[in-house]
Amino acid sequence: MSRVAPVSVVLAGVGGQGIVLASTIVARAAILAGFQVKTNEVHGMAQRGGSVIAQVRYGPEVHSPLVSEGTACVLASLEQIEALRNANYLAPEGLAVVSRQRALPATVSAGRAVYPADVEARLRRTFNRLIYLDAEGMAVRCGSVRVANVVVLGALSTGLDLPADTWHAAVSSCVPEKYRELNIRAFQAGREGATSAASS
Amino acid sequence: MSELLSGNQAVARGAYEAGATVATGYPGTPSTEILEEAARFKPEIYCEWSPNEKVALEVAAGAALAGARCIVTMKHVGLNVASDPLMTLSYLGVEGGLVVCVADDPGMHSSQNEQDTRHYARLAKVPLFEPADSQEAKDFVGAALDVSESFRTPVILRSTTRVSHSRSLVALGERRALPRAVAFQKNPARYVPIPLWGRVMRTEVEERLGRLAEAAERSPANRIEWRDRELGIITASIAYQYVREVWPEASVLKLGFSYPFPDGLIRQFAAGARRLLIVEELDAILEEHVRSLGLACHGRDVVPGVGELSPTVLLAARARLEGKPAPRTALRGDPGDLPVRPPVLCPGCPHRGIFYALGRQDVIVTGDIGCYSLGVFKPLDRVDTILCMGAGVSMAQGFEKAGVRQKVVGIIGDSTFFHSGITGLLDIVYNKGTAAIIVMDNRTTAMTGHQDHPGTGRTLMGEPTAALSIAEIGRACGVRRVHEVNPYDLETTQRVLAEAIQANEPALVVSVAPCALARRTPVGPAREVSAEACVDCGQCLGLGCPALEAAGDGVRISELLCRGCGLCEQVCPVGAIAARGAP
Repeated sequence: MSRVAPVSVVLAGVGGQGIVLASTIVARAAILAGFQVKTNEVHGMAQRGGSVIAQVRYGPEVHSPLVSEGTACVLASLEQIEALRNANYLAPEGLAVVSRQRALPATVSAGRAVYPADVEARLRRTFNRLIYLDAEGMAVRCGSVRVANVVVLGALSTGLDLPADTWHAAVSSCVPEKYRELNIRAFQAGREGATSAASS
Repeated sequence: MSELLSGNQAVARGAYEAGATVATGYPGTPSTEILEEAARFKPEIYCEWSPNEKVALEVAAGAALAGARCIVTMKHVGLNVASDPLMTLSYLGVEGGLVVCVADDPGMHSSQNEQDTRHYARLAKVPLFEPADSQEAKDFVGAALDVSESFRTPVILRSTTRVSHSRSLVALGERRALPRAVAFQKNPARYVPIPLWGRVMRTEVEERLGRLAEAAERSPANRIEWRDRELGIITASIAYQYVREVWPEASVLKLGFSYPFPDGLIRQFAAGARRLLIVEELDAILEEHVRSLGLACHGRDVVPGVGELSPTVLLAARARLEGKPAPRTALRGDPGDLPVRPPVLCPGCPHRGIFYALGRQDVIVTGDIGCYSLGVFKPLDRVDTILCMGAGVSMAQGFEKAGVRQKVVGIIGDSTFFHSGITGLLDIVYNKGTAAIIVMDNRTTAMTGHQDHPGTGRTLMGEPTAALSIAEIGRACGVRRVHEVNPYDLETTQRVLAEAIQANEPALVVSVAPCALARRTPVGPAREVSAEACVDCGQCLGLGCPALEAAGDGVRISELLCRGCGLCEQVCPVGAIAARGAP
């Protein structure tokens, strides 16, 4: 069968981190590259401290907006245990991009559950290909902690086959004019950081 | 031109292009964005948030009898509320098209049950459309409005969470003009179902169903895709998309105009495929019908009927059908010990003060649908029951009349009070109850993303309007003991609640403070803990505030998260919490 399977991307984190914007930029880049695109995100309780997951699929033909377990090319997470929680989506040879951020669930901050102390070791054990970066710190150096999502986006872009100029165009079209340069800087920082992290 | 639209955006766009001029609804995940998007097409479309779904459908029914094209939006449980007008509107029929856009929530992402709206199409004897992506969501609204007018019947357009909240490219079109002038032609034999005329309508409804079935046979929304004929799959809605990925080689009968069932098409498809499989989300409605036609098929024996479907779920179903072991497991990052991340009341949420105060009372708390359902979680743990919109008030009366030992407190939000809390309050007053009812009035419909309601002073069209007072409504219902409290003032709140609970008459306590997410400014100055003064007693952690963090040797307050509500300062027994930087 000559059918080309769609490329699947999963983004995870917690409410308020800009997961949905990041997934919109991935979708836009894929559209600009001429692909069919479908996205899905779980709404509802996101602003109230819950987990957030967004999925993007693109290819010559896409049916399901949902990613099958074990098939995503890239899993990117702005929170460490959310990366572990959603590891089942990633293909064994897929790329995991995880920011060294910790968002404490309410159960942990209230002292009724424990955030795993060995989270880095778990991440390294779980993922065959892992880019582990300090997206928040990189975002601050770019000019604002708020663009950590776009730093992660830059890093995950190295795991996809979309051309660099479509990424820049996609970022530009999805953020307000006055934050365009900041977001492009963040994207580049993530993309370059991923390249150096992958080669180290 | 194409645009990446969610299913909900596409429904609104479809209504616009099809010349709809009236859109009504009540917010409810996953349907809410339909009407919010429709409101962007003002003034071409008049849009309103109605107090509840019944009112929304009745408003649209009036507009449709006058010839307007209408959509009504709600979540699945909203149709329970609107089912009364739907059942008889089916008899009256419509002049202008009327499409009830209902979003189901398989998997219960944000709902209290998993009911299947397709049953309502059969119950009300009205046609059903089920889009499988955003393009169909847009196209089917237009097709449904056309069917509605041609056959003089309300139509249900059923979406699901994954159709409503998935985005895909949609080809946009121009707006069609309404094909007629709006006017009412008096015709009581058609619009008044007293038994004399109602019996005639009843017969016409059955006859209409027959003609609709013929239309479904011919509808381009129903199509056979012949591929390999070893396996033929009948499916609809989002399940179609999963089927195409999991069984790319199989032939498919895809239903979009799915009720009344196109029996001829089903028989033709079954005759052409060696084996037949039904893949449908939730109840086995299609499967039971196919079996009733005398056709053997697989379905519920391999495809689960509880929870939502997904490609992963269907891959396991395929393995079951083929008698093979389940597909290999994926990477596992969670050995089962990762801390869960339940949604919580936001930092600064005004509901927190009420729940904390209730924690000091030996009462039964009947809760309701809204953010304040989160008060069920530890450490607040102060909601004992939740049933449906309005039951927070009415069930309190039931507990009391059953004769429970404790006093009963009913909790309900402002939007929910307007939706269906008022009649429960009337019942308590009329039938001599003594429950204390607390309206958590945060001046918005918070859970679904801050929609206006009759208390906010603003319409969905963005116009200022009367802001109804809940306290005044309580008095008008006959409640003599009505109090308004500021939930950030814990001492007063506790005193007022204690008095309301002890009173031997109905009491209404309106807790008034705007939603912490909706307000632009913090409630007050951010707080901090003095490490020297903190005795690590954990009293403040009982508030369940995400800004408070148990640090092992005391408590810390996140400057980033703290909204300065000051509740922690009030509950600290040793005065260790104060405004940040205060002397």
